[in-house]
Amino acid sequence: MIRYFASRLLWAVPTLFVIITAAFFLIRMAPGGPFDEEQALPPAIKHNLEAAYGMDQPIWVQYSRYLKGVMHGDFGPSFKYKDFTVSELIGQGFPVSLTLGAIATVLALGLGVPIGTYAALHQNTARDYLVMVLAVAGITIPAFVVLPFLALVFGIYLKWLPVAGWEPGSARYYVLPVIALTLPPLAFIARLTRSSMIEVLGSPYIRTAKAKGVPLTAILWRHALRPALIPVAGFLAPAVAAIMTGSLVVESISGLPGIGRYLVQGALNRDYTLVMGMVVVYSAVLIAMGLLVDLLYAWLDPRIRFQS
Amino acid sequence: MIDAGLWSDARRRFAVNRAALIALLVFTVLVLATLIGPSISPNEFDHLDWGHVAMPPGADQSHWFGTDRLGRDLFVRTFAGARVSLAIGLIATAVSVGVGVLYGSICGYLGGRVDQIMMRFIEVLSGLPLIFFVIFLTVIFGRNLFLLFASIGAVGWLTMARIVRGQTLSIRQKEFIEAAVASGAGTPRILFKHILPNLIGPVIVYATLTIPQVILFESFLSFLGLGVQEPRASLGTLIAEGAAEMESAAWMLLIPGGFLTVLLLCLNVVGDGLRDAIGEPGAA
Repeated sequence: MIRYFASRLLWAVPTLFVIITAAFFLIRMAPGGPFDEEQALPPAIKHNLEAAYGMDQPIWVQYSRYLKGVMHGDFGPSFKYKDFTVSELIGQGFPVSLTLGAIATVLALGLGVPIGTYAALHQNTARDYLVMVLAVAGITIPAFVVLPFLALVFGIYLKWLPVAGWEPGSARYYVLPVIALTLPPLAFIARLTRSSMIEVLGSPYIRTAKAKGVPLTAILWRHALRPALIPVAGFLAPAVAAIMTGSLVVESISGLPGIGRYLVQGALNRDYTLVMGMVVVYSAVLIAMGLLVDLLYAWLDPRIRFQS
Repeated sequence: MIDAGLWSDARRRFAVNRAALIALLVFTVLVLATLIGPSISPNEFDHLDWGHVAMPPGADQSHWFGTDRLGRDLFVRTFAGARVSLAIGLIATAVSVGVGVLYGSICGYLGGRVDQIMMRFIEVLSGLPLIFFVIFLTVIFGRNLFLLFASIGAVGWLTMARIVRGQTLSIRQKEFIEAAVASGAGTPRILFKHILPNLIGPVIVYATLTIPQVILFESFLSFLGLGVQEPRASLGTLIAEGAAEMESAAWMLLIPGGFLTVLLLCLNVVGDGLRDAIGEPGAA
């Protein structure tokens, strides 16, 4: 098991390397550059700017410099946000995005699993159908429709919560974005839990437990929950990816100062270092989630634990 | 080849699924509306009517859904925009079906080392937020509508490839494949003549479920300003405009948002119905 996990951990390094390399050359292939303005700069100034950022060097030199920098935790200066390094920009926004994403992930799991279990226990009753209809709606309706709608109802009509904006330390600004971001993965997890729970509850060892007279809560907690969570654990990495991409639009609608805006802005502005920094951060988070999923699998399923 | 009984069974199972039938009906009506709607209105999608700017629905006789900030007719823009979204959904799904089926069936049929390497590639790709790639592609190639189709399709093929591979692995074990190999059929012939026809069921099911995902993804990109460009509209751009104006003009958000919601709901319910009727395509 430890060997298996170590090999997955080792895989993370070349994966990240390939991603960085692909992103580095892809973004450089894009026409235009970071110093293109409405009015073309005089050639001498442009040349000096390029020299200052090391862009007068051949691309291979730039690439190896960048890699060396990343290995030392240095993502370089931003091209567009003068006086800021990429690490500073991401460092400022990351706590906001992390708070948003972490709450959404925890809520999606913490509510999705019980709701799915509830539906499974009431399979083919009105309650089950209601949950499933809501789940289809939750999966279907995107965050960028839900969030403006919530802002319209709770912000503009009812005036319970702020429409958009942010104040340090104030939780109220997070409420609507978190709801919008949580609903799709929550609904998906509920549906996933329901179907796997139905399957597990139908298996012979659960029937035996019932026949022995084990109470329902004990059956659920001690016997059914762990195997039923295996598909949910598998969905965790895609769920985090979905929450991360969802936060791109949610942050832009709600005005939360996270890092989401840097990805699109950076790509459009050809702010090479900023885009690359975002790629590294996002990929690292996803790879870490992948490893966490592997660990979860091993914890949930003894067959995986003892196989390798 | 496909057993006729399988399909008539599937049709019968679908026909008793009331939710799926209603969804199919609503979806058909919506599609017809996007085809006919823009031409029955007296307005054009890009005509600026400065006399009627930001009119709520019903305030003016000719603008049924009202107008936007530039006085453009929202009835025409919503239906024309939905047509763009639907077209992107269909074309991009076709791309992802084509690539995914080919890749997945080759993986599954060849097996062994080739399969391992090809699947590892998919695993790496699907571990990434694919939005990066599409953002890069749209940035690199400019905001060309055709490339938008292709790039969305190109990232949507991963799940399709996985499902097709799984199906192919089980079909490969069947006797008729052994018979084909024994009678000297080459790999391409076996793939196209014997394996692909048996994949139609799961492929149809998953393709139906891919269309709403693609439409959603396109709206997402357009919402971020990376997709369909002015003066053209898609549901995503209309929702983005509406979200910016909602404090004074809620209808600009509610109409395209509602349209997108109903469209996606219908497609998902039809897809789920087809899955129940035809059978599970591997991954959920």
